[in-house]
Amino acid sequence: MEGDLAHIGAGLAAIGSGAAAIGVGHVAGNFLSGALRNPSAAAGQTATLFIGIAFAEALGIFAFLVALLLMFAV
Amino acid sequence: MSEDAQEQTPGEEAVAGHGAEATHGTEEAVGHGADAVAAHGADAAHGAEGGLQIHPMDQFIVQPLFGDGPIAWYTPTNATLWMLLAIVGVFVLMVLGSRGRAIVPSRAQSVAELTYGFIRKMVEDVAGKDALAFFPYIMTLFLFIVMANFLGLIPGSFTTTSHIAVTAILAMAVFLTVTIVGFVKNGAGFLGLFWVSSAPMALRPILAIIELISYFVRPVSHSIRLAGNVMAGHAVIKVFAGFAGVLGLGAVAPVIAITAVYGLEVLVAFIQAYVFTILTCVYLRDALHPSH
Repeated sequence: MEGDLAHIGAGLAAIGSGAAAIGVGHVAGNFLSGALRNPSAAAGQTATLFIGIAFAEALGIFAFLVALLLMFAV
Repeated sequence: MSEDAQEQTPGEEAVAGHGAEATHGTEEAVGHGADAVAAHGADAAHGAEGGLQIHPMDQFIVQPLFGDGPIAWYTPTNATLWMLLAIVGVFVLMVLGSRGRAIVPSRAQSVAELTYGFIRKMVEDVAGKDALAFFPYIMTLFLFIVMANFLGLIPGSFTTTSHIAVTAILAMAVFLTVTIVGFVKNGAGFLGLFWVSSAPMALRPILAIIELISYFVRPVSHSIRLAGNVMAGHAVIKVFAGFAGVLGLGAVAPVIAITAVYGLEVLVAFIQAYVFTILTCVYLRDALHPSH
């Protein structure tokens, strides 16, 4: 029975990856809309883009980690 | 799932590896021959599931290269082998590739030169000119991670960077380097990193606590980002491979999905190495110029 609850918890934790997808999409979308307004400035900001994406994505990976822990370690 | 499944904690996977193989070994991994050990928790777990023949997490099991005894810190395992191959790959690309020093570079030489210029520019742009003293370290980090990621994409290989044990060591090394460099270069002034001087006075203690926590979470997120991304991608490929195994010869959709995810993984392998490196540069910038 506990195993079943852990599976439900893992499924709930997987919602976090959807939230991370929203965050990453927000960063990339805003970068694109800015880049289309001023394409000459875009090339210098790709590093910032990837840093922003990495920070947004880290939290999704944490959710994935929680799901994995519930599946295999609890 | 049954109680047996819960026995398979990540730590036990290493030991229970051969047990897991015995179940799947009937179909596709007969070649290992070491299946006699069997009768472990993982064995019973996969047996009880009965669904997928290819378990998505089995590819991450650390096994000894020779024999099947317990794994001690000195045991050569498949992780050791693939880390060694990553180093050999870097050596072949960078040392042998650029050996000719031709004015019109060969293909290998131009790849080596482009990589060198790419990382050097990144360190200079992100961390500043005075961070170039750390360029060899950052270059080493990038090359090792990118080579390990790409070697892990070879079917049947072992992805060393999918293990938090590997990435945590890399991230802890970065964290310690950055902290020590920060204190050596700036003395107690490095603590100014936590004292946000642009904020109102009343908020500064609270912000200091938040900054302190976020500073110590850095190695955690730094390592889990790389390991999590690589592991998740490879597990997704194996899940689709499991579908293909169930469907047999009619598995057109899973094979297309595997191909698509594989293409994505090639991209992820590079981007995650890039992100790891650029975050190292960002942390280094904080250590060298803590005032911002």
